[in-house]
Amino acid sequence: MSIDTETARKVAKLARIRVEDDALPVLANEFNAILGFIEQLNEVDVDGVEPMTSVTPMRLKRREDVVTDGDQQGAVLTNAPDAREGFFAVPKVVE
Amino acid sequence: MTELSKLKIAEARDKLRAKEITSAELTEACLAEVEGSATLNAFVHNTPEIAREQAKFADERIAMGMSPDLCGIPLGIKDLFCTKGVASQAASGILEGFKPEYESTVTTQLFRDGAVMLGKLNMDEFAMGSSNETSVYGDAVNPWQDGGRKLTPGGSSGGSAAAVAADLCLGATGTDTGGSIRQPAAFTGITGIKPTYGRVSRWGVVAFASSLDQAGPMTKDVRDAAIMLTSMSGHDPKDSTSADIPVPNFEAALTGDIKGKKIGIPREYRMDGMPDEIEKLWSQGQEMMRDAGAEIVDISLPHTKYALPAYYVIAPAEASSNLARYDGVRFGHRASLAEGDGITEMYEKTRAEGFGPEVQRRVMVGTYVLSAGFYDAYYNRARRVRALIKRDFDEVFATGVDAILTPATPSAAFGLGEMKDADPIQMYLNDVFTVTVNLAGLPGISIPTGFDSKGLPLGLQLIGRPWEEGDLLNCAYSLERAAQFVGKPEKWW
Repeated sequence: MSIDTETARKVAKLARIRVEDDALPVLANEFNAILGFIEQLNEVDVDGVEPMTSVTPMRLKRREDVVTDGDQQGAVLTNAPDAREGFFAVPKVVE
Repeated sequence: MTELSKLKIAEARDKLRAKEITSAELTEACLAEVEGSATLNAFVHNTPEIAREQAKFADERIAMGMSPDLCGIPLGIKDLFCTKGVASQAASGILEGFKPEYESTVTTQLFRDGAVMLGKLNMDEFAMGSSNETSVYGDAVNPWQDGGRKLTPGGSSGGSAAAVAADLCLGATGTDTGGSIRQPAAFTGITGIKPTYGRVSRWGVVAFASSLDQAGPMTKDVRDAAIMLTSMSGHDPKDSTSADIPVPNFEAALTGDIKGKKIGIPREYRMDGMPDEIEKLWSQGQEMMRDAGAEIVDISLPHTKYALPAYYVIAPAEASSNLARYDGVRFGHRASLAEGDGITEMYEKTRAEGFGPEVQRRVMVGTYVLSAGFYDAYYNRARRVRALIKRDFDEVFATGVDAILTPATPSAAFGLGEMKDADPIQMYLNDVFTVTVNLAGLPGISIPTGFDSKGLPLGLQLIGRPWEEGDLLNCAYSLERAAQFVGKPEKWW
């Protein structure tokens, strides 16, 4: 499996990270080195082995489905780069 | 009284209770050390006002005879832990200016037990790195030097390791996803334990790879690690993966008696090209444990070789998901936008500016292995291999093995900048002995047991059964007593 510049561009897009065109070939090379390393996993016989979902054989705790918190609008917005009138503000998303 | 910062936690606790010293004095001594340690770049956000306030309160508690073990003990906190009102950036530009409105469970519990926070500690960005060179704050520097050559303290908990080794604080918190407590502990001649997955709450700790991340203490010896771990552990309703099982007093487990314990030596950890001094250190460790009455047995963990490749699928996959939240909307950095830029440009520019190269690389690798068409081939296959790695350990423990002894790292600390042009895989190999433990969810501890030919510290790792941190710490305690590692770096900073 080899990653070309076009695939690198697509992955950067999916990850929502801007990568300039001239940086794509280097990125594709790095991906290929890492994926080449990962390819070793193909040597392992995994027939009949379930993918691990939990490292400890414990059932996750459940809690009552009730409100435990709230009325924190100020605290929630404190760190926002742009908050207005009690909302997070972002560039226009609807035409 | 700068000598006070050299105290171990247990020593300071006893002196505080005996009223020989006050927490105020101890805290001032540490603050002075922190102040004078800028060249180590270990502390990156100092909190002297909070420290003095907490010390005053601790002295009042001690005066009233109500002092838990950590009461009045000055600690450093890794930047990955959210601390209320104090910068918590995970050493990333994308969290520039972020001051949490809440306190992580770990720091809440440490403060409940009277600990004093001196400040926040340097680390690799989002805990992704093995040399503390991916930090937005710049490199942390190892207090141990090789002549004038500046060395890495390891990573990702490099600031924590440097701070404890340089006696800037009495102990520190670290986190470990693939070796980030144990490798820096080994590089700086200190002790660090990664507990069983689920032992310590992850709530309020900036997430890297949620199925692997665990916090733990980094300290000057095993007893101190036991004391801090007891305080940090326990069930937390806010982390559904934290285990609802009792937390023993780990310090009480330290008898030093390991007679009849079965210690496994995994043959797969004898890597090609392993330096002689690591080989020698490992054999000496085996002899020490045998002399203490343990039975040394050869064991096999056949899938060891596949741990790093599995890790470099699973950890980036989880990271790509966890780090999706850094979008410039709710906290941290937002890129300035050009005329006509929409929300997608905002995301893309913000993340390109805010994340460093290693974080970008891992997020994109994670995105790729989770993308349509590759999910089964990479991600699911890696999770199957992970199940086999865990099964290897289960089978060994089922034969009655109590703990497994391995080297902690493939070498002593290397020079800062020396890996700059190496391919990323070379850096990843630092975690070859530690990463299996995260994949299997087990407790692992690194303790200093010797030196290389240049006089730099080297560590051994002990791996324990799940939830048996007490037994593991006791094995480590026995090894520590036998190894009698007493070195300290010469002060040059």
